[in-house]
Amino acid sequence: MNEAAPLLRMEGISKRYGGVRALERADLAVAPGRIHAILGENGAGKSTLIKVMAGVVAPDEGRMTLDGKEVSFASPAAANEAGIVCVFQELSLIPDLSVADNIVISDPPKRFGMIDRTAQRRIAMEALARAGAADIHPQALVKDLPLSRMQMVEIAKALARKPRILILDEATSALTAADVSKIFAVLKRLRSEGMALLYISHRMNEIEELADECTVFRNGSNVATYAAGSKSDSEVVEMMIGREYSHAFPAKPDRKTSDETPVLEGRNLSWTNRLDDISLSVRAGEVVGLGGLDGQGQRELLLAFFGVLRGLTGEVLVNGKPVSIASPAAARQDEIGMALIPEDRKTEGLMLPMTVRENLSFAALDRLSKGGVIDRATEQSLIDDMVKLLAIKTAGLDIPVGALSGGNQQKVVIAKWLMRQPRIILLNDPTRGIDVGTKQEMYQLLRKLADAGAAILFYSTDYDELIGCCDRVLVLYDGTIKRELVGAEITERALIASALNIQGEEAAMAEGASA
Amino acid sequence: MKEWRFWVAEQRGTLLALGIFIVMFIIYTSNHPAGLTANVVQTASNKGVLLAFVAMAQTLVVLTAGIDLSVGMIFILTNCLASWLVVGTGIETALGVTAVLASGALCGAINGAIVIFGRLQPIVTTIATGAVYFGVALLLRPFPGGSVNEDLADALTGRLFGVVPASLVTLLAVVLIVWVPFSRSVLGRAAYASGSSEVAAYMSGMPIRRAKFAAYTLAGTLAAIGGLFLTFFTYTGEAAYASGNAYTLFSIAAVVLGGVSLYGGRGSAIGAIFGALAFRTIGDLLFVFDFDPLWQPLFQGVVLLFAVSLGAFGLFRVRNKLEWFQ
Repeated sequence: MNEAAPLLRMEGISKRYGGVRALERADLAVAPGRIHAILGENGAGKSTLIKVMAGVVAPDEGRMTLDGKEVSFASPAAANEAGIVCVFQELSLIPDLSVADNIVISDPPKRFGMIDRTAQRRIAMEALARAGAADIHPQALVKDLPLSRMQMVEIAKALARKPRILILDEATSALTAADVSKIFAVLKRLRSEGMALLYISHRMNEIEELADECTVFRNGSNVATYAAGSKSDSEVVEMMIGREYSHAFPAKPDRKTSDETPVLEGRNLSWTNRLDDISLSVRAGEVVGLGGLDGQGQRELLLAFFGVLRGLTGEVLVNGKPVSIASPAAARQDEIGMALIPEDRKTEGLMLPMTVRENLSFAALDRLSKGGVIDRATEQSLIDDMVKLLAIKTAGLDIPVGALSGGNQQKVVIAKWLMRQPRIILLNDPTRGIDVGTKQEMYQLLRKLADAGAAILFYSTDYDELIGCCDRVLVLYDGTIKRELVGAEITERALIASALNIQGEEAAMAEGASA
Repeated sequence: MKEWRFWVAEQRGTLLALGIFIVMFIIYTSNHPAGLTANVVQTASNKGVLLAFVAMAQTLVVLTAGIDLSVGMIFILTNCLASWLVVGTGIETALGVTAVLASGALCGAINGAIVIFGRLQPIVTTIATGAVYFGVALLLRPFPGGSVNEDLADALTGRLFGVVPASLVTLLAVVLIVWVPFSRSVLGRAAYASGSSEVAAYMSGMPIRRAKFAAYTLAGTLAAIGGLFLTFFTYTGEAAYASGNAYTLFSIAAVVLGGVSLYGGRGSAIGAIFGALAFRTIGDLLFVFDFDPLWQPLFQGVVLLFAVSLGAFGLFRVRNKLEWFQ
């Protein structure tokens, strides 16, 4: 198999955006019947490489050959035509159209010049079944689906095009463990059918399970290609960032169980059918994790504390006193001092076209102003502190925040809330799609904030993070807390077992089967 | 969820508009001194279809997340053109109708080309082109006048079999010949897609530019059909500035009333037609209640506000406040 002639070959591809070089003489060869993993920090050039391949951006130099013939793609449509289909990290679904409409979107079946809805529906159902997502109704509107279902639709859409080369860019970042295993089975079958697959992920265990070979990117170039399994995790990470992997998580302080009043407490919280009688407390200096499969009510729980949900029943206490938080504006007031780092930084966290400075100040404008006028000097000094504290890499404070890399954008979201010095920090999967280096900085920061006395409630879909960062983990299942894990009890096995709501032995088997 | 629920969810806006129209029309006819007669229906439909055509035109552009502030002026321009061209023998009249429709399509195509290739905002583009179209109309008809083939005009504004208003039949035919194929074609779907999320549409390799161009051009054509009908009703052409502006603004109201989202990607021209008919009926309610015509704009505005708020009732049921912003 190793000798199979490459289907697609890229040679000496370079691409610059203004003064920033995104790709520098990058090479890549993709062979049929193989799963090729691409690794690298955010900003290493992976996304640009894929965009070149998929016809989204044109390279400045370099050549690309498909089946030995030189090709160049002027648009995504041209790349699709040639059999290259990409599942993008940023979903490419049309929110107002139905699932079926979306799946056949690039080449709908036609009768008498009009779209044949019966045939369309059949194709959609086949594609969904093929992706292992037959539970999604083809007539449902995409915008009504949760994120994990959207990703399944995105994958089904790619499969419906019968690609020769399938590119998956962080395609599993929002998927539940059950979906991931279904998708993996599909990908392995496609490989055996001779499809070439490119797989980009930040999750090492996924790459280990799937990939035949791996290519590591750093600073816009491919630095190494090796057969999967021939390098250890720490070697790989070192190639990516040149840092030791063992320092990924900061040490947890020894916690004595104390009776001090929790900073944040929820009693018997219920909301529609998503939250069911949840009680929990977070003390000062504590990092409490929320675990479980995606979509078990974790997001709603954070929104409930932050005053976004109407019709919430139960009691919320801050420093032992019952409070009623009617809106995010109320939640951030000094007497409560709450901050929420949202899941989707691009829509809920940032105003992308506005500058870094403006974005940093938004949550704290009332503190920075006198009589409605912003005090520029105070603003500047606070912003400088934040940029330094979080090591935000930006060409300046007055460039649009959308121009920063994903990791730095996320830092801005966090910094904007730290400007208020919150005592309660809620985080909704803050490291999704962020590079390893930035993740490590975030873990350090979380611990630092906790040590300074903040109460932190932290939802993550990444089990390693929950194990490495949290003092306690509450595992949610179907809107209730199924299990509380403390200290050394927080293991991958325990997390998976309680997330799937099954007993220990079965969980061990499930884990063994997926490893 | 059951099958029909998906259908209802998809057609919610259209059904709501239909409901509002039926209620308004019942109030109207039951208070009309003559009651529900063929004559009353004919008059109502003749008034209604004018706005219905312009609202259909507006829908096509709004679906792509644009807005066309020149539809009213295309309507007026084609009215003036028709008052010159749609005359004479059968063949001359047919040629005239074709020429008027082609001019409307050309106006729409100009809008589309500027928006797509010039990358200008639709709102600014169409304010400017709208002024140009009105300028041309004024040159064509500095004073009201002209004429039209009266046989054709009477046939299309009269009644079929003594009961069915011909104008309503024409509207139905246009829906079947223009809207239904468009909404089910690849271009139509691309128009919806580019209104809903242009980036995602581009990434999916959809023909965005062709779809938008088709939407603007068809919008011009539909406005021209409206202009033809205006000529058939009035027998003359008139470059009436106020009327053009009113039609533009009313078309936006009708579109919203018809459940078409101003953010694009959602709604249907059929909803907009019911929106237009409902809007017209609201305007006429005053006459059957025998109020002073001075009250008409105020009354019309209040009823419109009320009707549009009906579509927002769903917000009271929203339990997650983030959904307010979607």
